Amino acid sequence: MSVLSADAVTLAYGAAPVVHEVSLAVDEGGVGLIGESGSGKTTLARALLGLLRPRSGTIRYGSRDLAALDRSGRAEFRRAVQPVFQAEALDPRMTAAASIGEALTTHHRMSRAGRRARVAELLDGVGLDPALAARRPHQMSGGQRQRVAIARALAVEPRLLVLDEPTSALDVTVQARILDLLEGLAGGRGLGYLLITHNLGVVGRLCRTSHVLFAGRVVESGPTRDLLVHPAHPYTLALRDAVPRLGGEPPRASGRTEAAPAATGCPFRLRCPLAVDRCRDEAPEAREVTGRRVACHRAEDVLERALDASRWRGGTGHPAHHIQKGH
Amino acid sequence: MSRAEESPMGNGTLIRIRGLVVRIGDRVIASVPELDVGSGECVAIVGESGSGKTTTLLAALGLVGDVSDLGVRGVDISGEITVCGVDVVAAGPGELRGIRGSRAALVMQSPQAALNPTMRLGTLMRRALARHGVKGAAARSRAEEAVKAVLLDPEIMRRYPHQVSGGQAQRFAIALALALGAEIVLADEPTSALDVTVQAEVVAVLRRLRDERGLAVLLVSHDLALVSTIADRVLVMRDGAVVESGPAAELFDRPRDAYTRELVAAVPALPSREEER
Amino acid sequence: MTAPVVPDAAGAATPALRRTPLRWLVGVDRLAVAGAALLALIVLAALLAPWIAPHPEDGGSATHPLEALLPPSAEHWFGTDQVGRDVLSRVLYGARTSLLIAVAVLAISGGVGVVLGVVAGYAGGWVRDVIMRVTDVFLAFPALLLSLALAVVLQPSVTTVIVAIAVTWWPWYARLTASVAASVATRAFVDSARCLGVPAPLIVFRHVLPNSLTPVLVQLSLDGGGVILTAAALSYLGLGAHEPTSEWGLMVQQGQSLFTTNWWVVTFPGLAILITAFAFNVLGEGLRARLTR
Repeated sequence: MSVLSADAVTLAYGAAPVVHEVSLAVDEGGVGLIGESGSGKTTLARALLGLLRPRSGTIRYGSRDLAALDRSGRAEFRRAVQPVFQAEALDPRMTAAASIGEALTTHHRMSRAGRRARVAELLDGVGLDPALAARRPHQMSGGQRQRVAIARALAVEPRLLVLDEPTSALDVTVQARILDLLEGLAGGRGLGYLLITHNLGVVGRLCRTSHVLFAGRVVESGPTRDLLVHPAHPYTLALRDAVPRLGGEPPRASGRTEAAPAATGCPFRLRCPLAVDRCRDEAPEAREVTGRRVACHRAEDVLERALDASRWRGGTGHPAHHIQKGH
Repeated sequence: MSRAEESPMGNGTLIRIRGLVVRIGDRVIASVPELDVGSGECVAIVGESGSGKTTTLLAALGLVGDVSDLGVRGVDISGEITVCGVDVVAAGPGELRGIRGSRAALVMQSPQAALNPTMRLGTLMRRALARHGVKGAAARSRAEEAVKAVLLDPEIMRRYPHQVSGGQAQRFAIALALALGAEIVLADEPTSALDVTVQAEVVAVLRRLRDERGLAVLLVSHDLALVSTIADRVLVMRDGAVVESGPAAELFDRPRDAYTRELVAAVPALPSREEER
Repeated sequence: MTAPVVPDAAGAATPALRRTPLRWLVGVDRLAVAGAALLALIVLAALLAPWIAPHPEDGGSATHPLEALLPPSAEHWFGTDQVGRDVLSRVLYGARTSLLIAVAVLAISGGVGVVLGVVAGYAGGWVRDVIMRVTDVFLAFPALLLSLALAVVLQPSVTTVIVAIAVTWWPWYARLTASVAASVATRAFVDSARCLGVPAPLIVFRHVLPNSLTPVLVQLSLDGGGVILTAAALSYLGLGAHEPTSEWGLMVQQGQSLFTTNWWVVTFPGLAILITAFAFNVLGEGLRARLTR
């Protein structure tokens, strides 16, 4: 059974829903959730963290409805599921030790000495010098802050992390190191995680399964590798081709990103290079196409295109290959 | 549209830096022995925060150590910087203002912060043009042409800064530079606040302007992969010093410096079909 | 957004800074230091009044007819008033009253306002609505008018002044704190605390409150001058302190008819009000410049 799952969840702040009937499940190992800003991915994360109640549908912790948990169930959920946010996850007025200490003492009593030892241990576990414990967020670099935030989340020994753009605010080199860290942690502890990002390149490394969110709807989900290598939804294709790669081939701009999602028919049709009349008239239902679920009338045609493109892209002259295999 | 032949330096060199050293007190925060950007060329400075890359870019516009403009004391700048034929280190504030915003334009990470929130984009554009003596029908056509060149709908001029997306604001900032006759755009992390899809659009616009109009671009970024898709030449900076520089293709193919190799390795790799097997 | 100048250098990890109060104050701009110094001087004068005042305060019990209305001299630097009391000594003692009123009002109205505001801002929904409607009611009356009405109902005294001003001032702090707290409540570290299961009251007082205080502190120090002026106004109108208390507003009121003939009686307490209000304002402005960048 999944640690955390959403079943036909619809979310809204005001009248208009931001997330429409999304279902997904996270257990051991990584699950990716990919979308641009405004796709509803952060809203969904907040709901999965129990910070926002669904308008309809259910979020389950194990087999239990999150909204119906009693006090002890809720405390258990809080220990089991922890977030890592993009930035500002640490109180600017607290030292690293106080931030991590808060996590340690919220559910358990702990002696001062025991706390100090555990803080040092946790900092060490995320690759930081325990001397950093006395620093406040403004005295740390972005990468250090994010490591402290991860240490704080791990302090309660969760089963699952919800990572909302954990590396987007960081330099690429720092980003790579944080991703390494997360990969190692997840592998070592059997930790589950949901990785939310706009950058397909990031999920490629860490997630076996991924869901692509557009305008609050899951438009494609399946094994990450399949999504990356031969996407079946034009939006997934656009996301993939927009990731800049070493070696000159420019990221491909996909239609007009400023076009608002269409209100009728397929929401992506105004940006879609393959849109036909049917896309205007009829909203596509999610269906099975070669091992993944995709909501597109023209999934087969997209697949064909993507296969062509990746053959062409994966050609031998790709400098990135030499480099990566070089060491 | 290229105005290279007007450049007093000849052969279209728009930025020329020799032996630039920026210090705060005793600490060297940026040291660049040599940097040239010619028209129709994109040169990128890559490095992480603290590497001195932004300092170098700001120094090129005379924005570092310029006490009269920003009131920062204790910044010491030495070396030779020439931008569009003007000696930046020796120039007075008035002369610098003459280049900034017209021939050399700065594009920042979040352009929305730089756009006056109480003015429609069209008004902003009109006022900027009026300051350069372009008015009426000429201003209108110039504005429209610039906005179209960055692939925006001219309708956008009726909106306020908060009503446009980050990618649109960034492209409008570039359009503004074009309308004012910029020959070189100095862009500081212009896409790192944007989604990858939007970033792709901004990059496409910059590439197009470089190729079609001979616009020169000095790009500062921490993202090597992004840089590799647009830059002709690259400088890698770390801790204030240039650790490696050269033609982009060569640098990515055979990085010599250990740090450059780390940057190359940090690029998230997407699986290709070969790897799948 | 990066800072306009050399953000690369600024963005680098800074070494742990030692934050001694003294150093912090020196880092504050000169305006704030000047305000703080001036205020410290005034506080010192108030505390040491019994020892540094050249003459006894004398309350209202003693009159010295022979020494009434003497102009400033080596003996009486600020002259004497209509019953022969030393004006300098009364101004020094008056600082005690004025500062007591200022501190009490700011503590009460600030305390009540901040607590209600932070709760309203964090809780939102109906809690916020109820608290904000109550502040609306109080804000509907002009502050001085409400103070006047209250002071008329209660007995005129220093306590009355404190209560009257505090009652009219707390809603400002409640509103200010509520709006700041509401925005602090949306920040990731608050969500992060909620995800840990930290109980709501702890989140409010451990995370939201400390991070909402800066603008309130600035406002409080700016308002110190306002309190002193209002208190002086109430006493001037005969609704606050009364004889024998030394209070600047009261002294101004008693001396005003003598201004053309014996200018010192009204001028020195007036100047004291002005300088103290000014010191609070300068401190407030300095803190604002330092803390809210």
